[in-house]
Amino acid sequence: MKYVDEYREQTKAAALSEKIREITPLDSHYKIMEICGGHTHTIYKYGIESYLPDNIHLVHGPGCPVCVIPLGRVDDAIAISLQDVIFTCFGDMIRVPGNKRSLGDAKAQGADVRIVYSPLDALHIAEQNPSRQVVFLAIGFETTAPATAIALKRAKAMRISNFSVFCNHVTIIPPLVAILDSENVEIDAFIGPGHVAAVTGSRIFAQITETYATPVVVSGFEPLDVLQSVYMLVKQFHEGVRKVENQYSRVVSYGGNPVALRVMEETMEVRPYFEWRGLGTISNSGLKINSEYADFDAENRFSIPGTEVKEPRACQCGQVLQGKIKPYECKVFGKACTPEKPIGTCMVSAEGACAAYYNYGRFMEINAKLVKSTK
Amino acid sequence: MPLAKQISDTKKKFITMPVGSGGKATKTFINTLLLPRFANARLNVLGDGALLDTSGDRLAFTTDSFVVSPLIFPGGSIGDLAVNGTLNDLAACGAKPLALSLSLILEEGLSLVVLEEVLDSIQAALNKAGVEIVTGDTKVVEKGKADGCYINTSGIGIVHQNSRNLGPKNISVGDDIIVTGPIGDHGTAIMLERGNLGIEADVKSDTVALAEPLGALMDQYGLSLHAMRDPTRGGLATVLNEMAESSNVGIEIDESQVPVRDEVRAVADLLGIDPLYIASEGRMVIFVNPEETENIVKILKSYPESENMAVIGKAVAEHPGFVLQNTSFGGQRIIDLLTGDPLPRIC
Repeated sequence: MKYVDEYREQTKAAALSEKIREITPLDSHYKIMEICGGHTHTIYKYGIESYLPDNIHLVHGPGCPVCVIPLGRVDDAIAISLQDVIFTCFGDMIRVPGNKRSLGDAKAQGADVRIVYSPLDALHIAEQNPSRQVVFLAIGFETTAPATAIALKRAKAMRISNFSVFCNHVTIIPPLVAILDSENVEIDAFIGPGHVAAVTGSRIFAQITETYATPVVVSGFEPLDVLQSVYMLVKQFHEGVRKVENQYSRVVSYGGNPVALRVMEETMEVRPYFEWRGLGTISNSGLKINSEYADFDAENRFSIPGTEVKEPRACQCGQVLQGKIKPYECKVFGKACTPEKPIGTCMVSAEGACAAYYNYGRFMEINAKLVKSTK
Repeated sequence: MPLAKQISDTKKKFITMPVGSGGKATKTFINTLLLPRFANARLNVLGDGALLDTSGDRLAFTTDSFVVSPLIFPGGSIGDLAVNGTLNDLAACGAKPLALSLSLILEEGLSLVVLEEVLDSIQAALNKAGVEIVTGDTKVVEKGKADGCYINTSGIGIVHQNSRNLGPKNISVGDDIIVTGPIGDHGTAIMLERGNLGIEADVKSDTVALAEPLGALMDQYGLSLHAMRDPTRGGLATVLNEMAESSNVGIEIDESQVPVRDEVRAVADLLGIDPLYIASEGRMVIFVNPEETENIVKILKSYPESENMAVIGKAVAEHPGFVLQNTSFGGQRIIDLLTGDPLPRIC
């Protein structure tokens, strides 16, 4: 495929790998967190770690939007879906377990839950079904929030009164700050989320480098993008600088997408606090629909239990999301918790660190076992 | 009873969509609900069809139900799908079709124009393969109780005398693995035809009967064919996993050798789906004796329905039961069974 295969070339990867090894001192260890689940997926799918020296450690951050939705919000979504509505969501959300059941279970029992690929598809369903209430379950970072904002603006302009949004959008900087502020976390650098930055611009990461002296390289999602970003980070260490760099310049600008930022501004406001799966409650980290669009806020239109659910004790998603442990170090990984029967959300979405590792990374484990058994 | 109450009363004692996916949930369903009740030596093999011993000829017997939505799609309809699917299951058993059955479950209110188009495509597929339907049944259910039309076909075939080496148990280390054409066309065509993706691409279903090329292979190199299965639900990845597990060999495939059309790759990339898991309806995965690979390739290439075939990998001694892919990026990854159902009701 033209314009894609060029970013997956093995010879170029080997060359980058060599350059990384050349400037990585043998006696130091670097812990690099990729923030975005898309990067986690790429790292495992293409075996990026095999191109890196042993003393560069990749840890997986909180940037998979499905993974960070707390159990209580899933239960709230299910509660809405059972109020005789057409409930629309992205495909990944269908299997996410709440306290007892998922939206998929609700669907099997008769709730009208439909998969859409865009909030505008949900709006379209509302247009076609004027006698039914249509709710869109909005999740995701600044990447997906503008599309929700546009759906809200259109709904208002077209006076589609049977459409509403259950808003769970979050923003990227607060969880990073929370991770950097928490104890026992040593992150040396971040691979920055390219698609968030396409909206916000790479400039928003300046506060991370300024306050915490932690370098950030905003990265694309093809394997060579990620390898090059690691190289740029190691080069910063090598040269003794700490700055924000933009590897994904074919998509990301410094200032971001002004139209996307404006529509978000016009339709949403920052929540004083929002709960994150595994990370707890983080101040100013969630977005809600603002007063001007309150009529389209599902939280005003339906009765929502506002469930608070304790996380399963066995689940260590929180520590995975903070980069404290690798997926396979979790007690239930691959045993009680598998993509088929996930306990934690990191195992549900293909972008979740645990699912990515389970699907692609176990090879390393098998090989380790084979080596052991032949000894 | 209100819906919310009903759900809180049951503890997951209902069928969910993944049970029909061909992946892990399907396997669990078969193992926990079907096999304990219906187990017998011929069923337990879980092949594409059962081999029946008779006084003279050995017979192959297979059945398949079709619930695809929409009923008519680029490259075919539920009708030719139902015929070709069962013919290919017979071919996978090394059998030449003898007769088919046809069961229709129709929804009240189904347009006759649509039904006739479906029946026409059944007729065309039968004529092309030179096979007859010898028994059948039609049921109609109330509007809203089915989605237009469901079809079941069963088939009986005579097993070729050269097929005695056929079956996953006969896969041996060193076998070459062949796929008879580009994968994922059918699933992709259905996805696009459903029309809610906002993507346009020229992809047609690959539904076709493979009786001719596979019959020729049977005649000439039947003893060198070790196992065959068609990569329908769950795609190539699922078939390879089934084969690795039931033969207890490891499987290694090369990403760069697996034929996938550019259009299919592009659509799959956009949707975040791996083409290895997308269904084909006119393809066969064949494990062959490596000494005859070259000759087998020659025969397959001489038939239009398998001219774009490829040798995609090998059965290996390492990692028994696991399927690994050498990625074109130089890494290796596990190809696991499908979890969940990215795309319900494609066949």
